[in-house]
Amino acid sequence: MYETTYHRPNSIDEAVALFAKASEPRYLAGGHTLIPTMKQRLAAPTDVIDIARIPGLSGIEVSGEAVTIKAATTHYDVARSDAVRKAIPALCMLAGDIGDPQVRYRGTIGGSIANNDPSADYPAAVLALGATITTNKRGIAADDYFKGLFTTALEDGEIITAVVFPVPAKAGYAKFPNPASRFALTGVFVAKLKSGAVRVAATGASQSGVMRLPDIERALAASWSEATLDKMRISADGLIADVHGPAAYRANLIGVMARRAIAAAG
Amino acid sequence: MGVEGIGASVVRKEDKRFITGKGHYTDDIRLHGMTYAHFVRSPHAHARVAGIDASAALKMPGVVAVLTGRQLVDDKIGNLICGWMIHSKDGSPMHMGAWPAMAPDTVRFVGQAVAVVIAETRNQARDAAEAVAVDYKELPAVSTIKAALAPGAPQLHPEAPGNIVYDWSIGDKAATDAAFAGAAHVVALELTNNRLIPNAMEPRSAIADYDAAEDHYTLHTTSQNPHVARLVLSAFYNIAPEHKLRVIAPDVGGGFGSKIYVYPEEMVALWAARKVQRPVKWTADRTESFLTDAHGRDHVSKAEMAFDANHRMLGLRVATLANFGAYMSLFSSAVPTYLYATLLSGQYVIPTIYAEVKGVYTNTTPVDAYRGAGRPEANYLLERLVETAARTLKVDPAELRRKNFITTFPYQTPVIMTYDTGDYHASLDAALKAIDYAGFPARKAAARKRGVLRGLGLSCYIEACGIAPSKAVGSLGAGVGLWESAEIRVNPVGTIEVLTGSHSHGQGHETTFAQVVAERLGIPIAQVSVVHGDTDKVQFGMGTYGSRSAAVGISAVIKAMEKMEAKARRIAAHQLEVAEDDIVIENGEFKVAGTDKKLAFASIALAAYTAHNLPEGMEPGLKETAFYDPSNFTFPAGAYAAEVEVDPATGRTTFVNFVAADDFGRLINPMIVEGQVHGGLAQGIGQALMEGAVYDGEGQLVTASYMDYTMPRAADLPSFDLRHTTTICPSNPAGVKGCGEAGAIGASAATVNAITDAIGNNRLEMPATPDRVWAAIHGNG
Repeated sequence: MYETTYHRPNSIDEAVALFAKASEPRYLAGGHTLIPTMKQRLAAPTDVIDIARIPGLSGIEVSGEAVTIKAATTHYDVARSDAVRKAIPALCMLAGDIGDPQVRYRGTIGGSIANNDPSADYPAAVLALGATITTNKRGIAADDYFKGLFTTALEDGEIITAVVFPVPAKAGYAKFPNPASRFALTGVFVAKLKSGAVRVAATGASQSGVMRLPDIERALAASWSEATLDKMRISADGLIADVHGPAAYRANLIGVMARRAIAAAG
Repeated sequence: MGVEGIGASVVRKEDKRFITGKGHYTDDIRLHGMTYAHFVRSPHAHARVAGIDASAALKMPGVVAVLTGRQLVDDKIGNLICGWMIHSKDGSPMHMGAWPAMAPDTVRFVGQAVAVVIAETRNQARDAAEAVAVDYKELPAVSTIKAALAPGAPQLHPEAPGNIVYDWSIGDKAATDAAFAGAAHVVALELTNNRLIPNAMEPRSAIADYDAAEDHYTLHTTSQNPHVARLVLSAFYNIAPEHKLRVIAPDVGGGFGSKIYVYPEEMVALWAARKVQRPVKWTADRTESFLTDAHGRDHVSKAEMAFDANHRMLGLRVATLANFGAYMSLFSSAVPTYLYATLLSGQYVIPTIYAEVKGVYTNTTPVDAYRGAGRPEANYLLERLVETAARTLKVDPAELRRKNFITTFPYQTPVIMTYDTGDYHASLDAALKAIDYAGFPARKAAARKRGVLRGLGLSCYIEACGIAPSKAVGSLGAGVGLWESAEIRVNPVGTIEVLTGSHSHGQGHETTFAQVVAERLGIPIAQVSVVHGDTDKVQFGMGTYGSRSAAVGISAVIKAMEKMEAKARRIAAHQLEVAEDDIVIENGEFKVAGTDKKLAFASIALAAYTAHNLPEGMEPGLKETAFYDPSNFTFPAGAYAAEVEVDPATGRTTFVNFVAADDFGRLINPMIVEGQVHGGLAQGIGQALMEGAVYDGEGQLVTASYMDYTMPRAADLPSFDLRHTTTICPSNPAGVKGCGEAGAIGASAATVNAITDAIGNNRLEMPATPDRVWAAIHGNG
């Protein structure tokens, strides 16, 4: 790790001010990507601004229509939330299956969404549920937020404050973990919104990061069942091929995980 | 057996310090004035080093020195050696290229060091290393055996035309060809044995200290064999003569073979410590471990077996290509030859065997012994071939094995080894019973109804352990003898220090060695301490690898104990005024049989040191040493049975059951034996399902971190069902065979045989990752 200056601001304003002053700042919100990258000397921020401890930036609010998870809420807290479990059980299941206990105690939803790792779990839920990403400046619809690998609509210095998930009629998540890293080799989140709209998103599979699956959405909108997908051929175009499997394998996993997500959604 | 003697599952004495964070590892040691080394390593798999400019680095904060490979060569530090000479079929000695500890002119694998920065702190050394400008002129690289052997392939070493180190053979080619010509059935198979990265929990580390006043070096290092390290550093690397070099291997966190070898970093640390006149410490980070610890396995083989009409084996023919990486590591040459092809007879009567092995250079990390070392490769090949034969011949795999088992001992195989004892039917019977072999077809059918594929695979392995009879290995090209030494020091109060040349890096020697001593005298193990890992304390030793510590190391302890006991008996007989033959040793006392006359062992010890009343002419003291040279290898053997379920949708394999029925001879501490088997099985299953080093076409290691290199985890493994069948080893006084490698040797074939049984497709290579199994199920394999 190169030398860096660590800050622990007490407010978002203070964090933004620190960010503006530093020459190459990075926000820290859990650090499961940033810290290993720094240790490998692949990232060299001059200033690390730890926003995970800002008062009021963590917590969960559930209403009949929405689940609001503040940005610094840990995966552990989401996984253990009875209120979330009642409203969107798939979200608890997803959070409870991220990494290992150490990761879940430290990692946060805001950190995951801001980082937008192509194999992270949360982006699939955010995109499939059509959540809104609330920042210190604005609200961003999920469809406008994810811009490719490790790339988002966030502006320089902008801080996610919460993610607002609409409570769906049904939702399910299934992932096949990468045998080595246990990130999602392919994970599929299926959602039937109260409006009747069906949204499906896959993480881990595409070279462009989290993506919606329009063919599967159309098929499930016509008939919400596993059998609907039995004969569907998933294209391998644009999917990742690496030591853990060729693109065709990930295409297969999209279909299999979609069916399992539907089964989980009930 | 007493509660702490041989056969008792005594809790490990060393675990208190390990599980409370009080272990004392090399990186825990800090010497006064210590500096830190960081190596400048090649990012290229093959390149000429046209120049190194250290001027910017030398100006950086805290930098003490920047030293290069050229300076190392100029100072006449020797090239790394390979300690086992192999001769090719044509009689020529193996063709070895030079391996300087830092490359003066050519780098041949990614991660090879070209220079080292010595600085006041670890981070300063690392910062400055980035500022060392190396002018690399890239050369074409080969990262696979196939690429290295292709016509016109880039050549690694001028000494090795065609990138071939040797072209070796064993067995009778003409007789084997004749057996195949007369065979009723021939079964053939092509196999890859995947390359593995050892991944010991503790990375390698070295601290070198040079005392200018005494012209003496001390090296603390992560070694499985500190005396061998000292010998090699002295005799071949020109660091210092042995009496001017002390090597200490303190607690070592796992080795699996990778810490047998003397590596460039230790050599450079010693050389640099003298140059800068301060202690130099180096500790690998995990990336350096992936790139520079010797890798294991990496074979490509063709195997054929000939059968008569009654399914009796007639002959075995094997052609293997072994990847050595860019340089020949210390024991590498022996691994795919004498540690591999000599085990190809397995547990079977095979009248004739012929095997050819070509050793090949590639632009990859050097390959050497890794847990099992050659024997896992042999067993995987043979047991997949036998299972394939059973399926091809449509006979029960267990019956085919039984029909061909060796049943009379000693048994001379066609490939050098003489098996001393064993009972292969017993271990197979035990495994089949434990896994309910008869009930398997019903379970398979039931699984099918649930939409999953269930399979059962067997592996009847044998290994040669307790290496090794010195004269025998010498005749095969070994540069050293493979005996072991021990010293028994009885203190005047009757406590005992056992000094052993074996080295524990997780095996539990402090407990098992003490158990053997305690058993002989009938004293508590608390009165016995075991000392190892320091060339200034232990007289000599060949170290721990090849499952040799019990068979060879403890046998040396027993030999020294016998000498000590003989002297103690003379003292007791003298003081009790009886004949020596009348003395029996029991519960810490030397008793006169049939009387109540006795002397406590502690009082005999005291008598030996007070020397007030010793037999005429006897020297004072009670301390004996022994060197034990084994008369034969030992031959642990067993039968493993794996039952798996495969999800046809994803190709993912899960274990239903895994039975290991082993014959290790006498068990000293069954709990420790079980731990050794569990660890070995995890590594064998890891090889079968998960682990595999992958290089791209340019020689970059793709699997250079845990993000891509899959280590087996507890959740990936079943609760193992361990059984023991026992034939006492007749070849050593302890009656033991060794248990450290069995799991890693036997598990891979059982696992892959189970998967291929489940999916009904035999075209499957290790690691049988979900995507590969899925491809095999769906006809793309």
